[in-house]
Amino acid sequence: MTVSYSRKPVLWDVDYDAPSESLVAIVGPNGAGKSTLIKACLGLIPMAAGTVEFWGQSYKQARARIGYVPQRESVDWDFPVSALDVVCMGRYRKIGWCRPVTKSHKLAAMEALDRVGMADYAKRQISQLSGGQQQRIFLARALAQEADLYFMDEPFAGVDAATERAIIGVLQELRADGKTVIVVHHDLQTVPQYFDHVMLLNMRIVASGPVHEAFTNEHLHKAYGGRLTLLAEASEAVARAAKGGIKAPAKTKTKTKTKAKPKAK
Amino acid sequence: MNDLPVSFNEILETLTLRGGVNTNAVIIGTTLLGIAAGVIGSFALLRKRSLTADALSHATLPGIAGAFLIATALGYSGRSMPLLMLGAAITGVLGVACIHLILHHSRLKEDAAIGLVLSVFFGIGIVLLSLVQNSKNGGGAGLNHYIYGQTAAMTHKDAQLMGAIGVVASLIAIVMLKEFMVVCFNETFARATGLRVWLIDSIMLGLVVLITVSGLQAVGIILIVAMLIIPPAAARFWTDRLWRLVLISAFIGGLSGYAGASISALMPRKPAGAVIVLVAGAVFLVSMLIAPTRGIIADSMRRLRLRARIAIDHVLEELYEREHGATAGHPIGSPVLLRLIALRGWITKSDRAYTLTPAGRTQGQRIHRNHLLWEQYLVSYADIAPTHVDWSVDQVEHVLTDELISELEAALSKRGITVDQLPGTRKNGTPA
Repeated sequence: MTVSYSRKPVLWDVDYDAPSESLVAIVGPNGAGKSTLIKACLGLIPMAAGTVEFWGQSYKQARARIGYVPQRESVDWDFPVSALDVVCMGRYRKIGWCRPVTKSHKLAAMEALDRVGMADYAKRQISQLSGGQQQRIFLARALAQEADLYFMDEPFAGVDAATERAIIGVLQELRADGKTVIVVHHDLQTVPQYFDHVMLLNMRIVASGPVHEAFTNEHLHKAYGGRLTLLAEASEAVARAAKGGIKAPAKTKTKTKTKAKPKAK
Repeated sequence: MNDLPVSFNEILETLTLRGGVNTNAVIIGTTLLGIAAGVIGSFALLRKRSLTADALSHATLPGIAGAFLIATALGYSGRSMPLLMLGAAITGVLGVACIHLILHHSRLKEDAAIGLVLSVFFGIGIVLLSLVQNSKNGGGAGLNHYIYGQTAAMTHKDAQLMGAIGVVASLIAIVMLKEFMVVCFNETFARATGLRVWLIDSIMLGLVVLITVSGLQAVGIILIVAMLIIPPAAARFWTDRLWRLVLISAFIGGLSGYAGASISALMPRKPAGAVIVLVAGAVFLVSMLIAPTRGIIADSMRRLRLRARIAIDHVLEELYEREHGATAGHPIGSPVLLRLIALRGWITKSDRAYTLTPAGRTQGQRIHRNHLLWEQYLVSYADIAPTHVDWSVDQVEHVLTDELISELEAALSKRGITVDQLPGTRKNGTPA
């Protein structure tokens, strides 16, 4: 797949086949397109080219089996809801339009809260929770979705030790239950400890595979040692051409490549 | 002004809905509209669409004038309320569509796009209105009322329509509370789970349009947005739960509508819209001041208490350190503060000097210990030079919770430091 923001490509020809029943880390420097990749998979931002498939189905068909943990900073935590209300949002799809949240759904939400160690905070207004607790609420909401595949955007960012332990515990439970979790991760040190597979990303896939194979110094150096100059420059050129700023060189640089392979699960 | 002095009886009659069929209809209708505006405004506020609603209401003016012109040109009465409302809704929605178009196709930000659409549409409306007034058909003069609102000009039927729309709109919003909530709180998550966010947003916009056009007569174009924003903004001070916010907001909206229409009925020259907004504004002001936890007074009390606690802590710490040999250089605190602490029983005065009571000594020791703990932590973990740690220590030592203190102790003991064998610090304090 290729993804562009206002015509500036940020991901080029990403072609990846996620292994099932495993914990996959997506790592890469700032601006490498990690969140973008996840959002494009979930249909939250359009792709310039390519396809995403889940168990051979489109995202729309497979949606019920996919859970999502967005970045914590992406919402206003002063919103007037309780922790339990937020977790119940994970059940809305199952509940259906205009129907009230029934007791059984509330119980499922409470169970999810319990799994992340937050059952005692169910009635709290969400702004009264610490950053780590808020992150666990988001995780509980995804658990309440009862999915088979989870996408998590930086769940470990800025959390306390207790939350980190809680999250990693949940991740391992999920794997043991035969689920797949794809996590945008920023802490290189913990990758070998927490994850089975890794994808090193920097506008394109630098390396991917089992951690012991792909997570090498050489690959890391490639991913973090600056962007591919030509790739970055080409992106700028495409963006400029779209804005009509500079004509000649940009136009020859092709519109984003359209080679794309199916992404199968 | 020919506002006659109103007798107490008249006031009572109006307020208790005995002031005649038409007056009653208007008061009930406006109250229902206020309730609906409070309910729907809650979601508009949480979706951060308040200003869009303002642009929408201003953009209804060309629709009103246009509908009137077209209807009279075709030989119908231009004063038909449903017709005017339809015209208002069409250009109102058109205005919102223009905002989206501008945002999508230019690099303008939302505030600029809203300001632009609001003023241009309103300008068009004023021009059309002048055409209406210049036309031979004299019936157009009343259209002016839609700008500021005029309940006195409303008929029984107008009021019924307004009230009915209010009830329907509120019911729709309450049935869809769950969908509105998730879209307002976390749009990307809603989209990822497969909710049709565009549809939910359109329904929300549709409800705002309904409220706006049905409130045109009573409240007017310019002030209708206040009915959508002020009640939920005031209600937010009182609660942390969405459904309670909606209820309180509905109550405030209803109260404002009721008071505004009643006052306007007693004094026909007073525009109801302005009175409604003033009542709502007063409720907002009171809420902002006196609401528990979120109100200004509660908030300043909290700050004041914290400052007092810190000041007291400093005195106790200072006295404690003097008892343990620190040099008594500067004064320990103002006389008022000292008397306050003495009242609490932490210090007593003897020989024109204050000394710690046993209770005060325990406090002083605790604070002193916190101070040392934190200082030692900064020096050994954060690599801060010992001469530079004082400021942050003075801030932090007062807010350390028991949990943090035990974590601090654990962290320090890992490095073989316990507070009891701490070397003498600059303040020369060693715990007893």
